[in-house]
Amino acid sequence: MLDTTLDSLDLRGDFYTRNFQPHPSENRLILNMGPQHPSTHGVLRVILEIDGEYIVRAEPVLGYIHRMHERMAEVKRYEQYLPNLGRIDYLHALAWNWAYVGAVERLMGLEVPKRAEYIRVITCELNRISSHLLWWGAYLLDLGAFTPIMYAFADREIIMDILQRITGSRLTYCYYRFGGVSQDIDDKFIEQTKELCKYLRPRLKMYKDFVTDNIIFRKRVEGIGIIETEILRKYGATGPVLRGSGIAYDVRKTKPYSVYSEIEFDVPSYELEDAFGRYLVRMQEMEESLKIIEQCLEQLPAGDFILPKAPKRPKPPAGEVYFTVEGARGEIGVHLLSDGSAYPYRLKLRSPSFSNLSLFPEVVKGTLLADAVSILGSLDLVIPEIDR
Amino acid sequence: MSNYSKSQSIREGIWSLIVGLKITAKNFLKPTITVHYPRETVPTDKLEGYRGHIELVPKPKDPFTPKCIMCNLCATVCPSGCIKLVTVKEPIEEKSKSGTNTQEDKKTAKKKFKKKLVAFELNYNYCSLCGLCVQNCSVKSLRFSKDIYLAGYSKEEFEYDLLARLRAKAKVKSAKELPQKNSEG
Amino acid sequence: MISLAQIPIPLIKIVVGLLGILIFIGLNGLACVYLERKVAGHIQRRPGPFEVGPHGILQPIADAVKLVAKQMITPKGADPILYWSAPIISFAPAIVCFLPLPFGPSLQNISINIGLIMVLAFSSLNVLALCLGGWSSQNKWSLLGAARDIAQSVAYEIPLLLSMLPIVLLTGSLNLADITAYQGAWPWQWLVVKQPLAFIIFFVCIFAETNRAPFDLPEAESELTAGFHTEYAGMGFGLFFLAEYSYMVVGCALATILFLGGYQGPVAPGWWWFLIKVYGLLMVMIWVRWSFPRVRFDQLLNLTWKWFTPLILINILITALVVKLI
Repeated sequence: MLDTTLDSLDLRGDFYTRNFQPHPSENRLILNMGPQHPSTHGVLRVILEIDGEYIVRAEPVLGYIHRMHERMAEVKRYEQYLPNLGRIDYLHALAWNWAYVGAVERLMGLEVPKRAEYIRVITCELNRISSHLLWWGAYLLDLGAFTPIMYAFADREIIMDILQRITGSRLTYCYYRFGGVSQDIDDKFIEQTKELCKYLRPRLKMYKDFVTDNIIFRKRVEGIGIIETEILRKYGATGPVLRGSGIAYDVRKTKPYSVYSEIEFDVPSYELEDAFGRYLVRMQEMEESLKIIEQCLEQLPAGDFILPKAPKRPKPPAGEVYFTVEGARGEIGVHLLSDGSAYPYRLKLRSPSFSNLSLFPEVVKGTLLADAVSILGSLDLVIPEIDR
Repeated sequence: MSNYSKSQSIREGIWSLIVGLKITAKNFLKPTITVHYPRETVPTDKLEGYRGHIELVPKPKDPFTPKCIMCNLCATVCPSGCIKLVTVKEPIEEKSKSGTNTQEDKKTAKKKFKKKLVAFELNYNYCSLCGLCVQNCSVKSLRFSKDIYLAGYSKEEFEYDLLARLRAKAKVKSAKELPQKNSEG
Repeated sequence: MISLAQIPIPLIKIVVGLLGILIFIGLNGLACVYLERKVAGHIQRRPGPFEVGPHGILQPIADAVKLVAKQMITPKGADPILYWSAPIISFAPAIVCFLPLPFGPSLQNISINIGLIMVLAFSSLNVLALCLGGWSSQNKWSLLGAARDIAQSVAYEIPLLLSMLPIVLLTGSLNLADITAYQGAWPWQWLVVKQPLAFIIFFVCIFAETNRAPFDLPEAESELTAGFHTEYAGMGFGLFFLAEYSYMVVGCALATILFLGGYQGPVAPGWWWFLIKVYGLLMVMIWVRWSFPRVRFDQLLNLTWKWFTPLILINILITALVVKLI
């Protein structure tokens, strides 16, 4: 017979549960959502205090996938750190590639050839679409619809095939180099990308009919997880989370890097402040990305794809640089401190998911458990990026 | 007005559900896009640009020896330290000289050693396929293979000796070519 | 020594019928699993199960063998008696529900005059099983699943019952065979033509009754991991699973009998018509499940209390007036 008395059970929990002070009222339940929960997408753990199904308090617990990327930079030479970048945010790896490469280039004063800049924009935007597609599928999975993720993956596969031809990998890209990119794009790539743009537009329309207009979906996201400007400012949220609340802040527009200033595109923003606003921003962004890609393919200049005299093993002068790019989840920042040796002295990575997650406890207060899942999904978190 | 808009929104809501059903029904009738892996494989044109593990490039005239000059650049640039070059020093035999060993000859012979590549070890378990070794190779002696269907029971199976691999490949190739030449001749 | 002749014929009939029903439930479980996975696969442009047998036709059997062979784990701190009785309580009433269903003109196990009420009464026992399973698992997610299930059952049972009342008013009988006989062979003679609203509400409530998406709140995978059956392994889970598919068939069979003319068909009436209609409705249920997101908990309550209940009450009123006047 099993001993079923509660005393025999180890109910003390771990450090976090013990230090999560329960509310004086007794009718509360402390619930661990994660680290292995279907809708925390990885190993995020959220401790919830719930009253019935209403959430009284939430506290994210981080560190389950901490891999010391920042420390690793200090013991590796500049070029040896490149493959790490693809593993920080595996969904928008190229943006992280860019942020780091761009920071080193600025430190060394390297002038990147025009063609390389255009190639970077095209590949980065393709990657952004694939990231948003995956988010779209996963978000719908959180809301209980199983089919959209399969459609999204079918489309994402095409993008990954295209990127594989020139970058060599399908997910954790390591494509950008100091002063350019590792491989030139060819006519077949251009042709495939143009076909993709033609193919994706009706697909996005189908997604709108299938999900965006669906009444059940609408009821699950409209008015859910309202994030006010004050909270956004307090926690430094960026990306679609910020734009979903009506602030059209996009690094590509406000601090144009590379050739983004030469390209026409809109920064979608919705003043809805809810999960639906964030959803619409991302759906719109995919179309904007398509627009950017098409323009870049037209304007693509001839020339070098990498600076001919770019150093393969850079030794930047002593100094400090901070460079930001717009990732799929928000502003990606790389703060690099060099002491003149071949190894970075210190590297700080600013990951947008971390800031976006920080506002979760405030937003989720007083909502239902089902809404918490919806809000968590609408923040579009990539857990490895939070922990780094 | 509010009543009208409410009924309008209800009608639209119900219609949106029907649209959803229509879309899934349409997709139901479309052919599947799965590749049935063991029976089918990914078409080779999709493997274009695929980066498998690295392999050595043979000299154009001699398929059994790689272009490698043993500069160790690839081993030092590798972020994961998974490349190791095993070399030995061999004295160069100079046959053209006269058979008598003078003292001068001995001196020069001591100095003339040649590095020889014995094994090019790649620990594929730790490789992150960044391509820095290929990019940094000064004589273009490294390239990516197209080996995609890799599966094994232990991690020792992924510790390759690329030199042995190159030779085995060349052997197979020459064995294939030889009978052809014989039949031609 | 009792001779064979002394055994009452109704008892033999019931035993044979029960055996037949058990076989039907087992086969139906296998068929439904296969059907569901194949349909889901093709909707998502996948082939579905493909490896075991030609086109994966033996996959459900392989799954069943796996479930039976798996270790039955009781979680630490669970109440073993309640914990293991829950799947049985869930599954056993499903068998009884099949007894009064007229599969064909002469293929009804027991013809009783309260057949409809009997089916409803026994199918409602499922809620108790889910509640027990969720409560006794010593798991907070299971507990939440059980709580949701009870609130949900209170909400959908009322419109479900009320949506059958117009049929009873029209036919004047609770015997399912009589209700079938009341309807004609051709589609325009079926009661769905007279009671479209009742049919829609009934069918939607069946989704909630069988915990199917978009109303699969008690097991809501992405919210409650697996809801009330999070902790069940092996055949404990298998029985819940089998029960779910059995209730799906019971629900679709009731819809067929009440609204779609039962075993009657334009040509050659018989049990095949009944099965075609039932599996047609099942296909719709599967189709819907793979198309829509899940509704939220309070939205379901809103829908049933604020929309379905008043609508169906109006429907009953009108039906009663018409029946009285004509």
